[in-house]
Amino acid sequence: MAITRTRNIDAPPGPPGGGGGRSRRPAGQGRLAALLLLPAGIVVFGIIVYPVLRTVLISFFNVDSAVATSTPFVGIRNYTDIVGNSDFWSTMGRTLYFTVVSTGFELLLGLGLALLMNAPLRARWLLRAIVVLPWALPTVVNGAMWRGVLNAQYGSLNALLTQLHLISDYRSWLGTPASALNMLVVADVWKTTPLVAFFLLTGLQSVPREIHESARVDGAGAVRTFWSITAPLLIPSVAVVLILRTIEAFKVFDLVYILTGGGPANGTQTIAYFTYVQAFSDQRFGYGSALADVIVVCILVLSAVYLRALRRNEMSLI
Amino acid sequence: MKASRRYQIFVHVAAVLVAIVILAPFAWMLTASVSDPTSLITRPYHWIPRHWDFSRYTQIFQGKGQDVAGAFRQSVINSTIVATGTVVISMGVGIFGAYAFAMLRFRFRRLTMMIFLTTYMLPPIALLVPLYLIMSSLGLLDSDLGLIIIYCSYVTPFVLWILSNYFLTIPAELEEAARVDGCSRMGALFRIILPAARPGLFATIMFAFLLAWDEFLYALIFTSTSVSKTIPVAIADFTGRYSTDFGLVAAGGLIASVPPVLLAIAFQRFVVGGLSAGAVKG
Repeated sequence: MAITRTRNIDAPPGPPGGGGGRSRRPAGQGRLAALLLLPAGIVVFGIIVYPVLRTVLISFFNVDSAVATSTPFVGIRNYTDIVGNSDFWSTMGRTLYFTVVSTGFELLLGLGLALLMNAPLRARWLLRAIVVLPWALPTVVNGAMWRGVLNAQYGSLNALLTQLHLISDYRSWLGTPASALNMLVVADVWKTTPLVAFFLLTGLQSVPREIHESARVDGAGAVRTFWSITAPLLIPSVAVVLILRTIEAFKVFDLVYILTGGGPANGTQTIAYFTYVQAFSDQRFGYGSALADVIVVCILVLSAVYLRALRRNEMSLI
Repeated sequence: MKASRRYQIFVHVAAVLVAIVILAPFAWMLTASVSDPTSLITRPYHWIPRHWDFSRYTQIFQGKGQDVAGAFRQSVINSTIVATGTVVISMGVGIFGAYAFAMLRFRFRRLTMMIFLTTYMLPPIALLVPLYLIMSSLGLLDSDLGLIIIYCSYVTPFVLWILSNYFLTIPAELEEAARVDGCSRMGALFRIILPAARPGLFATIMFAFLLAWDEFLYALIFTSTSVSKTIPVAIADFTGRYSTDFGLVAAGGLIASVPPVLLAIAFQRFVVGGLSAGAVKG
């Protein structure tokens, strides 16, 4: 009987290359797969592997310049410096605040927006075409735009709120650390909620219509239907988007650079921005590399959770 | 269905509100870009400019030499070259790899995919210091080629992931039938699978282009002159040095947004499908 190819079942492990396999097909496929993956592997790992290893290595040295001649070995001192640095911990705190608050709002608003885009609207295509806009807007342009909107002298938010008599005078929205950090959240939520909404919309569309109809027939109201049928079926998409957004928000750099430049008083420095400043403005490459490694460990932990969630949900081929 | 009438009104009102919240900042950028600098800072602010001032656009499109507008125009060209080069290379290598992941059985398939995906999640800041040193010694700093090489390394894993998920949706029988008819594997890939996955290909190209067009951190560090500065870096220069005239920032920002926005609207129906196949940078 011929062996037909089935998906999602791994082939029996054949011997690695040469040496007469049990069945010729898996071995042949392995070689072909290696050949087909080779170009992609070169393009990706040819660039990435060395820098990853080098970052780890540099983090144990004191490197003060790109052309430094003397780079003394300092062991784990860069890492102990990080742990002992109160700036690092306050930066971490701000990054977590930004991550949790923006991801939370994006999820809540994104869910509402997804339900809206799935609702029986007259011009649904138009709404979807509008909603896609912030997502397509380059991140840097988004930052520059909000910098204008929030500007203390000519910002349109000030103009709007004073003309509506909601505030008496122009305010400096980016003037205090706390307010500026919240404005970072606003700018990020405005741009990224559409992405989350589209993501959840796919989840909504995969809920079979018959289930809704039979719930209606059984006399369940719209709210009840949502909580007992739609919400549980959405949990896989929510889990994926939650962890994905958490990782992205944790890495935030562009928005901070453009909108606040880390200020005022370093009050909006996130961990990626802090690392950038340490490594490139202050030329502390060793210390910056150690910081980068700390970020990588955090992200890898998050990614591991993400991949597990994906796998459990069978939402992709992993 | 009495409740449904109220529901109908509610949804439409909500949709209009959403549209306003999204479109208002765009509209303001648009009017600000054609208001003259003094009327931008007058209070109370006039939402509709009294004099239309298109000088920023003509400056950007017709300005000569090494001024701000000329540098910005050059950055549009650089971004186009870099994004196109990145898309061509990463799609070129990604199609074969995605085929292997979706259609072939081999050892460590899952593990290989996971390793590729992990690289996609690495923060760019983690590779920045050594990459800077390497690029500097290879003489690739401040060049389009240097950026393309780096961008390919993070766009390719994404292409592999999203494209192989698309390939998985193509019935295996389609490929098997072609092979029975005497097609080689590669013949089947080009004659059967790629045509059948055309929407997926378009969507992947769009996502890859947006990723490359949007990238900022590498471009910020690796470019220093208008020879290779991309649009995000040029906009960042605008906001830093010319923050006195928001109109110029707005004009530049709008021009920079035209290609991705057009792509996103044109391929909007693929966005939903594309997101289900993989996840996308925000």
